[in-house]
Amino acid sequence: MAAALAVRGLAKRYGSVEALAGVDLEVREGELVGLLGPNGAGKSTLVKIACGLVRASRGSAEICGLAAGSREARRSVGYLAELFRFPGWYSADEVLQLHQQLTASTGGANERHELLRLVGLADARGRRVEEMSKGMQQRLGVAQALIGSPPLLLLDEPTSALDPVGRRTVRELLEELRSRGISVLLNSHLLSEIELVCDRVAILLRGRLVAEGSPAELARSRGVEIETDDGTRLFEGASREETPRLVGELVAAGRKVYGVRVLTSTLEETYLEAVGGETS
Amino acid sequence: MSSVLTIAGYGLREALRRKVFAVVLLLTVGFLVLFWLANHFLFQNIANISPPVGSGIDARAFAGATIFGLSMFGTLFLGVVLAIFLTLGVVRGDAERGLLQPLIVRPVGRVTLLVARWLGAVAVCAPYVGAVYVATMLITGLTGHWWPDHVVVPGVELAAAVAVVAALSLLGSVFLTSTANGIAVFMIFGAGLVAGLLGTVGHELSSHQLERAAKIAAWLLPFEALYQDGLRQLTSDTTGLTGFLLELGPFGGAYTGGNSVRLWAAAYLLLVIAVAAFGFTRRDL
Repeated sequence: MAAALAVRGLAKRYGSVEALAGVDLEVREGELVGLLGPNGAGKSTLVKIACGLVRASRGSAEICGLAAGSREARRSVGYLAELFRFPGWYSADEVLQLHQQLTASTGGANERHELLRLVGLADARGRRVEEMSKGMQQRLGVAQALIGSPPLLLLDEPTSALDPVGRRTVRELLEELRSRGISVLLNSHLLSEIELVCDRVAILLRGRLVAEGSPAELARSRGVEIETDDGTRLFEGASREETPRLVGELVAAGRKVYGVRVLTSTLEETYLEAVGGETS
Repeated sequence: MSSVLTIAGYGLREALRRKVFAVVLLLTVGFLVLFWLANHFLFQNIANISPPVGSGIDARAFAGATIFGLSMFGTLFLGVVLAIFLTLGVVRGDAERGLLQPLIVRPVGRVTLLVARWLGAVAVCAPYVGAVYVATMLITGLTGHWWPDHVVVPGVELAAAVAVVAALSLLGSVFLTSTANGIAVFMIFGAGLVAGLLGTVGHELSSHQLERAAKIAAWLLPFEALYQDGLRQLTSDTTGLTGFLLELGPFGGAYTGGNSVRLWAAAYLLLVIAVAAFGFTRRDL
């Protein structure tokens, strides 16, 4: 079975700027992958190549085994751009109807109702886009990306304009999508969000993949902190599995142990370490 | 095919919703009222105009053809304004505003999108130009009792001229920002008209160089050639001194025309759309 998204040696150059410098990445069926990196790391470029907005300079990108950007591949992709807008005079329902026509979706009114309900806009069906808040428009954008039930969703900063409640709605939606077997590549700056919902995380820096793994793998152990009658001692680099042995050794040495804490680095710490505090 | 209709409908709806359409309609009403007033006073005074006896000049035909020729310029101008404003931001402008991306990732095809947007613009502009053309013809005909020698062809050529300008504007939208494109297309339109006027001047001064330059310009910008051919058709059956005088009119001068120009305009249109499509398919968004 072909991966939902398979990117190999992908490179993109805009004039003298190298946006991507040979990236390999895979999003498997039903997998939710988070794409992290500072501004200008190449995240949006990667997503744009995958959905056919930008042409790669080198390497390949495939959607479900089809060349990214081809008409057949685009049938399998739902995309939410980082910066997008719908015509202000369209109602939410009309926006979805337009995209149903463009994807030849046969879902009809049921599909539109279901998607609007899923993104918490069931009551705003007839509301014009120009009368919606930015957050509502963003949720409508997510609904639009889901038209035609594509097997792969490419979401570029889907929660950037959302308040905490809106973010939670999208998070729950992502979990719902995973349960339906839909693959998602989520490009976001919100590390906590990525940590909460993603199966795997990829970190890009200056067009290169610098770290990849599950949030648990990336959030590795930093050591074990043990509180004794002699004060608090830090065993740097020790893992959770080593804790009983460490406690045993301390007790054997005559120390009284009052508390033990396994220290793990958060995804944020891992991210900052990977990108070296870089931003642009 | 259904994608073409969907996108064309999207463009059509945009045209109807945008304020530019309302502005053009308002300008049109103003133009038609002024044009009716001009016709009213012109033909009211025509009884006082007495051409030299035996000159063979038909004052009514001269007045009717001249004022209707002027109205064709007005009609073309209004149609061009509408066409440019509907197409100047179709690619780069819409991409910068984020309107294009959600559409372009759909399995529609960039060429289809471009052609559909052009068709949508033409579907608005051509009937508009046709309606204004018919309205001005009715005003002149009913007020002055003068009718063009050919009724249909000049109107169709005016609409075709606007379709050519819409294609040029679409081509510009692939490479230029909305503002730059609007300025560029208006300047090209102006250059075409100036070339036509230079042709008239050249004709009056018997300057073959000027006439040749005007002819080359008309072939390079076939909307101008179509406009000139439309003007020519208005009085193509008028002979004698009246016909000669009409050839000299400021907007009545029409020296480029015929089937070759029409065929070239069709080929030019296809070429412009093909270049626009090629540029669009290679553009990163």
